[in-house]
This record gives sequence, C-alpha cells and structure tokens, in this order.
Amino acid sequence: MKNYGYYPGCSVRSSSKSYEKSLLLVMKGVGLKMKEIDDWNCCGATAYFGTDKKMAGAVAGRNLCLAEQQKMSDVIIPCTGCYLTLRKSQDNIKENKNDTIRSALNGAGLKGGDKVSLRHPVDVLYNDVGIEKIKSLVKKPLKEWKIASYYGCQLVRPYADVDDPYHPVILDEIMIACGAQAVDYPYKTRCCGGALTGTVEDVGLRLVYILLAEMMKRGANCVVTMCPLCHFNFDVYQKKVEEKFGEEFKKSFGKKFEPLPILHFTQAMGIAFGYKESELGTGELMVEPKALLRAV
Amino acid sequence: MKYIRTVKYESELNKSFYKKVIESSGCEKILECIQCGTCSSTCPVSLYMDFTPRKLMAMIKGGFEDEALKSKTIWICSSCYSCTVMCPAQIKITDIMYALKRMAIEKGVYPKGMPIPVLAEEMSKVIAEKGRNSEMEVVTRMMLRTNPLGMLKMAPMGLSLFRKGRMHIGGEKIKNRKQMQKLLSGLKKKEAK
Repeated sequence: MKNYGYYPGCSVRSSSKSYEKSLLLVMKGVGLKMKEIDDWNCCGATAYFGTDKKMAGAVAGRNLCLAEQQKMSDVIIPCTGCYLTLRKSQDNIKENKNDTIRSALNGAGLKGGDKVSLRHPVDVLYNDVGIEKIKSLVKKPLKEWKIASYYGCQLVRPYADVDDPYHPVILDEIMIACGAQAVDYPYKTRCCGGALTGTVEDVGLRLVYILLAEMMKRGANCVVTMCPLCHFNFDVYQKKVEEKFGEEFKKSFGKKFEPLPILHFTQAMGIAFGYKESELGTGELMVEPKALLRAV
Repeated sequence: MKYIRTVKYESELNKSFYKKVIESSGCEKILECIQCGTCSSTCPVSLYMDFTPRKLMAMIKGGFEDEALKSKTIWICSSCYSCTVMCPAQIKITDIMYALKRMAIEKGVYPKGMPIPVLAEEMSKVIAEKGRNSEMEVVTRMMLRTNPLGMLKMAPMGLSLFRKGRMHIGGEKIKNRKQMQKLLSGLKKKEAK
C-alpha cells in the first residue's frame, strides 16, 4: 500500500498557485490521497548545485528525511526542477553513507531519506491511477483542443526511466484520455530556456520562440506544461516573444503570431473532469484560453 | 604594431586542472572524451557559447584552466542534460558544467555583468534565512546588484503579474529554522576539520 506524500515546492506557492489548486483537485478527483510533507523546505533549485555541492545535497536531503520520518512511501513533486534536484540529492545519499552531508543531516536529527520514491504527478497519474480511470472521470471531453504536450527537460533527463528522453508520450496519452487531440512535434523535451529568460534574456526568449513557433506550425491551439518554470516562460514571456519575433514569425510562416494559451496539465484535466474554471485558477493565465473554454 | 600571441605555451597551462574537475564533478569519464561533438550538436544553446561543450571538454583535459573558468559557456548552460544523455562515453557533461561554475564562483572569476552567480548567491542566502524561497525577493535582490535600471524594464511584466494575483511580496518560512541552521553549520564544522 502506497502512502503518498506531497512536496509542493516554492513556485506553486507564489507565481503558479493555479498549478497547485488544479493539482489538488485532480488528485482528489481520481481518489488519490496525498499528504503535504510537514515543514518542507526549498529544494535549492539548480542554483545551489552551482555554488556549493554539499549545501545543495543537505538542503534537498532534509526534505527526503522528513518524508521518510513522516512514513511516506512516495512523494509527489509537481515541479520538474524540484523533482530532479531531490532525485540527485537522493542518489548522493544512497551512494555516500558516511560523507559530510550524511553526518550533518544526522547531526540535525534527520535520518534516512534513501528509501522514499520520488515521483512526478504525470508519472503517478499514468502509472498508478491509469488511463482507464482517467477516461471514466471525463465529463466534458476536450473537443477541438489540439494540445501540444510539453515535457521539458528534467523529468526525462538525465534519468530516462519515466519515459523516453526525447520523444515521451505519457502526457499525450493523458490528454487523449481527456478527449483532446495530441499534436505530435519533435521538440517535446527541448529546453524552454529555464532561468535564462530572466538572466540572459536574448538567449532565453529565442528558445521560447523556437518552441512556440514549432507548436503553432504543427497546428496546436493549446499547450500543456508540467513544470511551473516552463509554464512561466511560455505564458508570461509570450508577450515579449511576440514583440521580438512576431515579424520573423510572419515572414517564416506567412501568418500572424496568434498567442497560444498555455495551461498547467492539471487545469486541462480539471476542465475535462467538469470542475469550475474559478476552482482551477484559469483566470491567472496571461494568455486567456477563452476560445478553448467555450469549445467544451 | 603589437603582436599578440594567441596560443599558450605548455608551461602556462595547468596540467592537473582535469583532476580538480574530476574531484568536484565526480565524473572520471571525461578522460574518455574522443571529441566526437555529440554534446555540441545536441546542445540547444551551444550557438551562444564562447566555447562549445566539446571544445570545453578538450580544454579541461588540456589544462586551460583560466579560459574554462572565465568562459560564458558555463553560465549559458541551462542544465537540460541533453549532452549527458547523448554522450557515447557517458560523460556527465552537465555535472562538469556545475563543477566549473562552483570553481569560478570560488575564484571570483565569472564574467562581469553575469547575473547567474549573483542569483545563485542570493538564493542561497534566502534559503538559509527562511528555508523557503520567494521568487520575487530573489529576483529583486539579483536585479538590484546586477542591473538596477533593468528593474524599470521589468515593471510592466511585474504589474501584469500583480493584476493576475501572481505576485507576492514576502514569502513563506519553515517552522523549524533552528534545524536548518544546525544542518548548515554542521556542514561548515566538517569542512573546518
């Protein structure tokens, strides 16, 4: 019997609250009980690995120990950045039983951390809940929704054990179960720019543009993401991308750059399950998905 | 006319640099790099780098410590792990990039105006203080230190985030901050020994 824990991460508590709102509703809807890790802390993101490896391992490791002390068998992590950081830190705990990080954790009263299974909600919904169950809950099929499912990097790389590192399908299958059409495109796991949109904007915006243009070219009228940062880049920076590359898009594709609505994948599922838009927080989205919502 | 030598003499290289990189990254496989270039071709940002990942691997093995640590490459890497997954020699290139970032920060040699090291530093501080991080606080601190005028350019985006209820001043804190302090000081104690 699995005892699911939940690690929210900082983003769903600040700029991406609608991701958490919709995730909690969907998990309740499919009958999956999960309990938030009491007193979890920031995973450290990628920044810590770039400054101090030991600190990175210890800060992330605290969460793993807490989850185990709170008797969780699996922890569900909606942000793929947190997901990878925690997995890397767990690898370190497994490989080094007696290093500085371990003894600092022990010194602070933190034990274990190596057994808990770290999972992304897409993986849990696909493998534990199952497509049939999801199908059975759909009340409003997402007709007319041509969805480009975007996976991003860190769920499938470097650990290629959840799905294929370049051409994953599990999120597409969930969206098909919700009645949508899946748009196939080659960049499902190409980098969205990550933090570069904020730090080296020229490079970051170009990466976002390349992805949006490809999705549009393939006929998508909607994108679903599974990471708050990817979502932020596509949704919040889309206006800047349009300003910067709108002309280039017109030249390349002979049509106007029409902003593409970007949803957290759990919002799309929630709409298919018949939940209210207000409960799913679709009002927080920068590119308003009005036409899509009318279509269901 | 001044002639500038563009090639280093062997005596100017740090021949044991690769050992430090292996120690910090935990990746010995770098010795098996055959310069095939798969990393550079799969990298979505190699076209913005001053040295491509392939070249950087050769530079590490060759002892070009200064050039490697001062490169923009390591700060442009967005950790997508494409190179790591594709490398036929199983070199964990992304982890090597992180090792170089740590060394560059330690030596204080990162390129001027590069906000990423500052972002990392500010984030570490916020986590040590509060246990959780607030995007707003970290980004504001970073901008103030690297590009205060850029704050003005960010204003319209900030305003629309605020209107949508997506901007939060302040942030959450963990309850057991004592434990976090103990954990972090536990690391430092060990290092001192």
